Amino acid sequence: MSDVLKKVPVREQDPKVRATNFEEVCYGYNKEEAMEEAARCIHCKNAKCIQGCPVGIDIPEFIGKVKEGDFEEAYNIISQSSALPAVCGRVCPQESQCEGKCIRGIKGEPVSIGKLERFVADWAKENDIKPKTCAVRNGHKIAVIGSGPAGLTCAGDLARLGYDVTIFEALHKAGGVLVYGIPEFRLPKDEVVEKEVENVKSLGVKIETNVIIGKSVTIDELIEDEGFEAVFIGSGAGLPMFMGIPGEQANGVFSANEYLTRNNLMKAFRDDYDTPIARGKKVVVVGGGNVAMDAARTALRLGAETHIVYRRSEKELPARVEEVHHAKEEGIIFDLLTNPVEILVDEDENVKGIRCIRMELGEPDSSGRRRPVAIPGSEFEIEADTVIMSLGTSPNPLISSTTAGLDINKWKCIVADEENGQTSKEGVFAGGDAVTGAATVILAMGAGKAAAKGIDEYIKSKQ
Amino acid sequence: MYKILSAEKLTFNIYRMVVHAPRIAKHCEPGQFLIVKMNEEGERIPLTICDYDREAGTVTIVFQPIGYSTMEMAKLQTGDSFMDVVGPLGKPSEFIGEDIEELKKKKILFVAGGVGTAPVYPQVKWLHDHGVQADAIIGAKSKDYVILEEDFKKVCNLYVTTDDGSYQRKGMVTKCLEDLVVEGKKYDICVAIGPMIMMKFVCKLTKELGIPTIVSMNPIMVDGTGMCGACRLTVGGEVKFACVDGPEFDGHLVDFDQAMKRQKMYATEEGRAKLKAEEGDTHHGGCGYCGGDK
Repeated sequence: MSDVLKKVPVREQDPKVRATNFEEVCYGYNKEEAMEEAARCIHCKNAKCIQGCPVGIDIPEFIGKVKEGDFEEAYNIISQSSALPAVCGRVCPQESQCEGKCIRGIKGEPVSIGKLERFVADWAKENDIKPKTCAVRNGHKIAVIGSGPAGLTCAGDLARLGYDVTIFEALHKAGGVLVYGIPEFRLPKDEVVEKEVENVKSLGVKIETNVIIGKSVTIDELIEDEGFEAVFIGSGAGLPMFMGIPGEQANGVFSANEYLTRNNLMKAFRDDYDTPIARGKKVVVVGGGNVAMDAARTALRLGAETHIVYRRSEKELPARVEEVHHAKEEGIIFDLLTNPVEILVDEDENVKGIRCIRMELGEPDSSGRRRPVAIPGSEFEIEADTVIMSLGTSPNPLISSTTAGLDINKWKCIVADEENGQTSKEGVFAGGDAVTGAATVILAMGAGKAAAKGIDEYIKSKQ
Repeated sequence: MYKILSAEKLTFNIYRMVVHAPRIAKHCEPGQFLIVKMNEEGERIPLTICDYDREAGTVTIVFQPIGYSTMEMAKLQTGDSFMDVVGPLGKPSEFIGEDIEELKKKKILFVAGGVGTAPVYPQVKWLHDHGVQADAIIGAKSKDYVILEEDFKKVCNLYVTTDDGSYQRKGMVTKCLEDLVVEGKKYDICVAIGPMIMMKFVCKLTKELGIPTIVSMNPIMVDGTGMCGACRLTVGGEVKFACVDGPEFDGHLVDFDQAMKRQKMYATEEGRAKLKAEEGDTHHGGCGYCGGDK
């Protein structure tokens, strides 16, 4: 019998094998495993896990149904609150959310809520169970900008309330960061992302791709010419940051966004797709977030010896614990307390290495993390032919610069009320990374959900 | 799907297509570009918009096959479709939005090279429609490579020059520009669009002549919306993204040598071999692949 203090272990692809392919790392639970894990939930009356979930899924309820083997009802419970359970079960930082609050976690390991959510969503997909739709359409037209986690959630919730929702997506494929950012081995595109997008469409949501709001059409035109009564902006934080060090324009230096977009959206890793990608022999990824892990593990799979260069220590790595663990298992080399000072280039402007300096941790800074300080005279060089900068992103000004009356703050983020997503412009709501700056999938979904409620209240208040 | 309403070969290696894309046609201005993607597996290919018809909802693109994707694109026929077309991208030309009366006082010279002739067209046409008569130089390798001559003649004072002298003036566009100045022409501003190497040398000359010059950059791109940073270039010591800050920049501030090196990032032996097979000795640089720029 298994230890009740521990999670039922989840089956994964062998690290040595998966380091050479793009298939999903984690296989997820089967029925028996899921029911066994569900039995570990003690069904707290005042369930802390729900408070830890940004979209407020009734976690003990759905887990109770899994325990009974009623997976369809478990799916119905989850899909009342979440439009993207198969995604969240895979990419949410559960350790700092639902599972972080689980009472089981005080003495032992928390219930594996993420893996159970994933199991239920995958079961529903295999059995062709769709989310329940709203029978009564109310005829009010709402525009949603961006088909990432915030937009899909907002659109799904509004459609369930009976609204006529159209999502406008700038790229050629719907899904936002789920499609261009998170790699196949962590979030399969055809089997998971596309299916969840289809589920949102099955609620009656229309998606128009290749429309860049602010360029192809403006928000004012959507309202005045196309008859939309409210607009939700979930355009994300897409602009990559660079360090501003010498050599950054050299051939072989990429933003993580470019590297991942080529590989994920454009499928450069596949021979049957036309977009090229630099398959480096020795790759250095600068940064310590989830995106840095994704870029490093992608480079590794494309055949490179891959290093992560991060200026703080392992404890401060902002990435999910599971991603760091997986990266290490696969053979990513972590050069911690290390900061780049210059990218070294050859006479043809190709990268040949990166000069770094060793760091030590000083006093905590405004983020609460101990500030890294350079150790004088500790510079050293790492040989590399590719450098990937994964330093974070900021919101794209395309919308804010073309929409009069839409206030932004000094970080170029759209100013919106956290409760209902209301911006400074009437009828215009916003949420997700466009408001907060780069954050997580689930926080964006929480914001999309809040804005859907805000939009519903706004439309009703006008009648 | 975005239907190709007409596809034609303008000359030996340059193709023109009119594509149904109403959202783009409604909003685009001279100087902006769009991105096409042929099919599921295709690359996103950025192309400057060469003409548009707001009522018909169409945009015109002109391109020269230089790599695998554009060679495949050249095979498309009237009635075929692109899977994706998105735009308009980038900023419109600087003179859009300027005071027309002020513009009329300026002597404007356009310098167009090779396939770069096409994106110059909507600019001279726009000026003509607003009562501003500009001068334009079209430069081509030889007579057979001159495109859009008749279209240009209707909207500006045109000078054509060929490298080998097989048609009208003889020599590169820089020689033509110099000759015009010697002949007594005075210009307040120059707009140069063509191969990177041509723009570099036009800028070198206009700097000596003291003529402010705008160039249109077409570096490697992926999304075209500011997301990937592949198109970054150095302008006046600052890093700019061609897709959102451009594509037009002050040519006297652009670091062309760096831009040309970046353009070669994905150039491969295979690509070079393919080009040589397709174009033989007729290819004369500017594609970023062949090394003919050096």
